[in-house]
Order: sequence, then structure tokens, then C-alpha cells
Amino acid sequence: MTWTKLDKFCLVAAIAALLALIFPLAGVDGDTGKQVAFVGDIPGLAVAMALCVIAGSAFTWLGVGSVTAGMVILAIAVFGCWQAISVLYDYGVAGYAGPGFWLFIASLWAFVWRGIDVIANFHSLDRTKQHLANFVVPVAFGVWLLFVWEVVVSGFGVPQVLLPPPSMIGERFVNSTDILAADFHQTFVKAVLSGYVMGCGSAFIVAIAVDRVPFLKRGLLPLGNMVSALPIIGVAPIMVMWFGFDWQSKAAVIVIMTFFPMLVNTVTGLNAAGKLEKDLMATYASGYWSTLFRLRLPAAMPFVFNALKINSTLALIGAIVAEFFGTPIVGMGFRISTEVGRMNIDMVWAEIALAALAGTAFYGAVAYIERKATSWHPSFRVRRH
Amino acid sequence: MTLKQVVNNVAEMPASKKAVVDIKKLSLTFQTADGPVYALSDVDLTIEEGDFVSFIGPSGCGKTTLLRVIADLEQATGGEISINGVTPHEAREKRAYGYVFQAPALLPWRSIERNVTLPLEIMEISKEERVKRAQEALKLVELNGFEKKFPWQLSGGMQQRASIARALSFDADLLLMDEPFGALDEIVRDHLNEQLLKLWARTNKTVAFVTHSIPEAVYLSSKIVVMSPRPGRIIDVIETDFPKDRTLDIRETPEFLEIAHRVREGLRAGHSNDE
Amino acid sequence: MSGQTGPVCVVLIAILVLWYVGAVFMNAPTQIDRYNRADQTWTTGQLIEDTLAQDRPILPAPHQVAVEMYHTIFAIKITSKRSLVYHSWVTLSSTLLGFGIGTLLGVLLAVGIVHVMTLEKSLMPWVISSQTIPILAIAPMIIVVLGAIGIKGLVPKAVISTYLCFFPVTISMVKGLRSPQVIQLDLMRTYNASKWQTFWQLRLPSAMPYLFASLKVAIAISLVGAIVGELPTGAQAGLGARLLAGSYYGQTIQIWSALLTAAFVAAILVVIVGWCERRVLARMGVKS
Repeated sequence: MTWTKLDKFCLVAAIAALLALIFPLAGVDGDTGKQVAFVGDIPGLAVAMALCVIAGSAFTWLGVGSVTAGMVILAIAVFGCWQAISVLYDYGVAGYAGPGFWLFIASLWAFVWRGIDVIANFHSLDRTKQHLANFVVPVAFGVWLLFVWEVVVSGFGVPQVLLPPPSMIGERFVNSTDILAADFHQTFVKAVLSGYVMGCGSAFIVAIAVDRVPFLKRGLLPLGNMVSALPIIGVAPIMVMWFGFDWQSKAAVIVIMTFFPMLVNTVTGLNAAGKLEKDLMATYASGYWSTLFRLRLPAAMPFVFNALKINSTLALIGAIVAEFFGTPIVGMGFRISTEVGRMNIDMVWAEIALAALAGTAFYGAVAYIERKATSWHPSFRVRRH
Repeated sequence: MTLKQVVNNVAEMPASKKAVVDIKKLSLTFQTADGPVYALSDVDLTIEEGDFVSFIGPSGCGKTTLLRVIADLEQATGGEISINGVTPHEAREKRAYGYVFQAPALLPWRSIERNVTLPLEIMEISKEERVKRAQEALKLVELNGFEKKFPWQLSGGMQQRASIARALSFDADLLLMDEPFGALDEIVRDHLNEQLLKLWARTNKTVAFVTHSIPEAVYLSSKIVVMSPRPGRIIDVIETDFPKDRTLDIRETPEFLEIAHRVREGLRAGHSNDE
Repeated sequence: MSGQTGPVCVVLIAILVLWYVGAVFMNAPTQIDRYNRADQTWTTGQLIEDTLAQDRPILPAPHQVAVEMYHTIFAIKITSKRSLVYHSWVTLSSTLLGFGIGTLLGVLLAVGIVHVMTLEKSLMPWVISSQTIPILAIAPMIIVVLGAIGIKGLVPKAVISTYLCFFPVTISMVKGLRSPQVIQLDLMRTYNASKWQTFWQLRLPSAMPYLFASLKVAIAISLVGAIVGELPTGAQAGLGARLLAGSYYGQTIQIWSALLTAAFVAAILVVIVGWCERRVLARMGVKS
């Protein structure tokens, strides 16, 4: 077998794991002057490292051709990750991780990459299998990133005011659900939803009105396009002055932020219907409203949903940033800015995780409705006859 | 072909039948940045009840424009035109004609059935009646069974048949067709031509049909209008007397070839005038 | 579209008029209150005049904002802490730094994603879903955390801008690098072109329109990032700091002039990117 045919990732994994067995696992504790832990004292870790050496060298020769082989590799890597975490927390290596530990992590990294690689290149005609593979890859990658975050932060003993490990954030998230729920209610349910509905709704109605006046359309459209490039978020302090500290001022910011994307998209969408289709409606002597509802609005739907999706993220950003300018003592933006001040960075991260979840769910919901409402659109078509 | 012959041809028409479309001295000039474009000039034409009239000519000869004027999608700048005795605008408001475009122009968000019922919906016809009429129209174009499909799930030929069903659904007596089969391959086109003829024979509708295919024009028509560009005008009107239940086989008969020859001569004459 | 200038001007004038009307109506109650307290009689003309010349109006009139902007931009030395040119420069420098780094990172990541299947499948879903996350929420944390380890001033704000503008660039660059049609790629295959030849000759030129479209978004969002990044530091310097200081002290005229200046800066940046776009695309023979 030639050098090029060897599986280089597995080779790296094997060598790194072998070196991990040789190099010291952990550094020296300053107080006791002794090394914190030895591989020999931790059977689970020793087994994991040995497994990595064996599997690494075996797959270096065999190659990782099949998904099964990829799964085996990933399974070994998962076992390794579990041992690494337990070493950090159960054997006090956290903060004292030495070269042996990091070599082991490098070995795991090579395995995970190779395993994900195999599954990513998996092609199947069976659609469920393909979907499963397409789902597993990003999830595995995300979990791996979380693991690296955890291990690096704990292993190097990064002070938690800088960056807490994900486990700590998760714990904080679970323990402060009541605060998070209150913040969510204040920011999302009250401010975001009402502002979003008002902003998008009014822009939609204005767009239909503007569409009837070509002069206005030509005047407003370039301005509307320009406005979307401006830092509208800056109106937040003004809105806080006008509408007070509570959710109304945040909703007002959101209305302003969401108005123009919706206006521009709807006006563009109303002109999206083809010439032939418009002629068709003319041959039926179809009136303005009839043509609007039967042809132009349905044809505009992809554009409208595009704006709805853009606005779903804008709305949440608007609410959170507006809260930096003043709120009652509840709300996601308020929590972030005050907990940052108190250096409770784990709480900040929990709040960010909540914002991420809310943002993704909101966007996902709009995208889901879009898929249902405009399933006819070429971008959603699936051949199914 | 001289103007005199054209006039003669027009004069030869039997006066007994009712004129559906009556055009006198019609002209249409588009004003463009490069000066006026004479899309139609001095057009005289009568289409009678039950006629199948084909408009043939090279691109730019105004055949589509003429059809669009009849449909009130363009307005003439001179001359007179009446549809069933009224102006095209009034005719359009009375939904006097069904129009079939070059492309199917089906609304992608509606199923085939709901596409066919679209004009009926606009005309505020009750739901049961709509469904019933859609069934009938789809049967006429042999598309029954595809009601719940969406346009993109059908082939190009089937989509165009659906658009014909849509034009038939409200039972207008006049059918305006603008190169409806132009984008389809020859095999599908032959098949649709046969179906269209059967439909015409069965329903006794008046059809105005734009095409750039000589065999198609000769095969389908009871009257062929040969047109020429710059300015768009009629240079010959040819009557054929094939029976209404003709089949594709007539394309090998001497009469067919003779008429096709005459059409080709007309087109050539129109061109030589132009150069 | 031709003939936009007229309608745009009319709409702008209409906005100006509405602004004045709004200013009169919103400021009138406090003004009337003031008259009553001073036991002063007043006429409508006087009321209108006074509402448009308040010190801390609820809605300042356009000319008040214009005067303030003239003062702080042209009449004051640009090294002064009150000069808007100084504050704009503070914001602009971190905007541009962040924009530059973010664009570079975004393009590099896109190139990786297009060429490495595993990167695409593992990373792309995260890049796309990260668009749905209100990223600006982490701005205060980045500022404070980086401040805690001694990094202050320009860099933390640039980090936020980088982070914000890197996602749109990645996404449209991936789209752009994928935009060549199959026949074009097949053509390159018939020449036995290498991956890199295909990249330089076909993929990169095809991606240019996509890149510039995303750069316009990126530069705008980069500025937003820099402005928001100035909020948590407690109003030291920058347009965001002016906004915050204005809202602390109720200086509405100051807020409005900072806001309008930010809008001008954004507009100028977008126009510059648009100008580069036209130049580059024109050289590539694309009709604009």
C-alpha cells in the first residue's frame, strides 16, 4: 500500500493518541507541587486512549470507506469525549490540563472530522437515509464544537467571567427559567410580536395603497431601499423618550425597523405578476380588486414572506437593543446589560441562548407558514408523481 | 397578389352568415423613440360565425397585434372594429371571447381545476356550477383526472390544453388563440391540432388563430389570412373547403398542397414588396 | 427606472413638511404649559414659533437639527469632543476595520465551503441558522469581556462589526461561487482545468455580483454593529455614545443630529460600495 492510500486523519489520530499515553496528562498543582493526575490512575481514559491508538492504526490501513466505519469511529470518539470530560471534572484536571490531554483531544478531533467527513459524503437514493445523514452531520459538528468549547475553557482554566463553559451556561439556563420566562414574556411576547404585527401589517396596507399611485411608488421605492441601509436602530432613544420605558417604546422601534423592508418587498411583489397573466385577467374584464386578490397578491407572496423572514430577525434585534436604552427591570436586553455589568457572564449567555432559540423558532415558524402558503413556488417544488 | 384580388376575395364571402368580427380600415401605430412603428395598416377583415380563421405571416407582421386589438388588449389608432356589433371594449366586458396565449399562463398557486374555474370565479358564478363547467371543459381537452394536479406537474402540452379548457370554460362563442402550440414539439402539436378541430366541429365556435406554420394554418382553417410586415397588413385571404371532420390525412391531398403553395407564394410576395 | 428624481424630491419635501407639523403638535402641550405657568397670553403664530425653537423639544424641528449639525460638524475643531466629525470618525474607523476583516473571513469561509463537502454539510447549516439569531445581543458582552482582559477602544467594536458582516458575505459568496451553470463547469472540464483555474476563471467572476450585493448589506450592518458597540462603554466616543449621552440628558437635538449623521455616513458608505460595484462589474462587461 502506498503512502497516498493511507488514511491520513486516522494516522494523525493514532499517533496523537499514542503520544497522549506518553506525555504527562496534567500539569503541576502549584500548592502541592505534585502532578494532578496520571493516565495510569484513570482506567477509563487509558482504555479510551488505547482504543484510539488501535482503531486509528487499524483504520489507517483499512481506510474509512463505509458509513458503518464512520459510525464506529464516531462511537470511539464519543467514548473518548466522555472520558475527557470525566477526567476534567472527576479527577481535577480542570485548569491543569497538560500536553497529554491536548494530544488526546487532537486525536479525537481527527476521528470526529473523519467520521463526519464520511457521513457528509454519503449519498443514498433512500430519501429518509439521506435526510438522516444531512441532519446528523451538522448536529454532530455542533455537539463537537460545544465539546471543544467546554474542554478548552475548563482545560485551560479560563476564568468564567471571560467565557463560561457550556455546561455552566446550561445549568444556569435550567436554574433560572422563571427569570428567563419573565424576560421572554416582556421582550418577545409583548414588544416583538406586537411591533412585528403592527409594522408588517401597516407596511402591507400602505404598499397596496402606494401601488395605486405610480408617482408615489417611484418616489417611495428608492427611499425605502435606502432606508434599509440606515442604522434605524438609532431611533431607539427617541422612542424610549416618546413612549416610555415599557414595551410600547420597543414595539415602536420594531414598527419603524420592519416597515420599510415590508413596504419595498410588497410593492416589488405586486409588480411581479407576468405580463401574460395580467393580459389574461384583462380578457376576463377582471376589476382592480379581483385582479389584486386573484393574481397580484398571490404572485407577491414570495416577496412578502421574504420580508416577513427578514423582519423576524430585525424585530428581535430591535427589541433587545432598544432595551439597552432603558426598560422596566425585566426584559432580555435589560438582563443582558445588567448581568454584564455584574460580571454574571453565564447568565448573559443563558439569555443569549434564549434569544437564539426565540429567534430561530420565530424565523422557523414564518418559514413554515411560507412553505405551506407558497408551496407552488419553484423553490419549494418536489417532484412527486 | 394585388389589392384588387384581396378585395375580390373578401367580396366573395357569402353574406348569409352573421359577422362576428368586422374590421374596416383598421390601423395601429406605436410611437417609439425611433419614430412611429406601423404595426397595422389599412386592415379590412370579416370573421363570420363558425369560421376558423388563421392569421399567418412572418414575425412583425402584426398578426398577434391584430388579435390583441380584437381582444381589446391594444387599442387601434384608426379605422373601425366591432365584435358582435359592439366595440372590443364592450365585448371584453361582456366576456365575449376566450383568449389562449402563446404560453399556458396558468397561475402556479392554483390547481388545474381552480385555474379553469378562474374566469368563472371572476364572473361570480356559483361554486357548483363552476365545478360542473370545469369538468366539462377539461373533458373537452381530455384532461379529466388531472383536476387536483398543479400546473408544474403537467407536461407543456397538457398545460396548454388546460389553458384552452380555461378559455372554453365560460362558453364564449369566440375563441382567440395566439400561437397556442408554438412552443410545443411537432408530434404534440399534431395531436392538439386534431383535438382542436374536433372541438371546433362539435361546438361550432368561431376561432381566430395566429400561427407561423403553413401546414398548421392550412390544416385547421376555413379561412387563411396571409399577412406581411412593415407596415403590418393583409395581403391575401384564402378560403378552404375541407370538411369540418377532416383528419391529418388531408395533408397529403393535392388540394392541401395547392393551398399551402398559395399561402407560401403570398408570404413570398409580401417579402419581395418589403425588400 | 427613469424619472425618479422628481417623485423622490416630492416625497422628501412631504416628509419635511410632516416633520414640521409633527414638531408643532408634539411640542405644543409643553409650550402651552409653559405659557400658563408664566401667566402669559399667546397667539397661534407665537405658539408655532416657540414650539420650533424649544431647548429640549420632544421632536426638534428640522432646522434646529440642521443648525446643531452645522455647529458640531463645521464650526467646531474636529479634535474637540463635541465635534460630530470626531465621533463619526471613531465609529467609522471601527466600522471599516470590522468590515474589512469580516469580508475577508466571509470570503475565505465561502471558498472553503464550496470546495470541501464536509465543511458545507457541517458548517453551512449553522451559518444559515445563525442568521436567525439576534447577534447584536452579544455586543455588550463582547465589549465588557474584552475590556476585562484589557482590550479596549477600537478592537472590540470592530469584533462586533466583523461578526455581523461575516455571515451575509459567506452566504451570498457561497451562492455566487455556485452560480456558474452546469454547461460552463462542463466547459472547464473539457479543458481539463484545475480546481484553481476554474475558481479564478469562472467561479470568482460569476460570484462578483453576489459579493457586492452582500457587501452593501455588510457595510450597513457593520455600522450598526459599531454604533451598538458604543452603547455599553458608557458614552465615551462615537455616534452611538452621542445617542446614549443625548438620551441620558434629554438632549433631543443632539440625538437627532447624531442619528442623521449616522444615516449620512451609512448612505455614503453604501454609495461608495455601489460605485465600486459598478466599476468592477463594468470592467467585467456586466451590464449594470
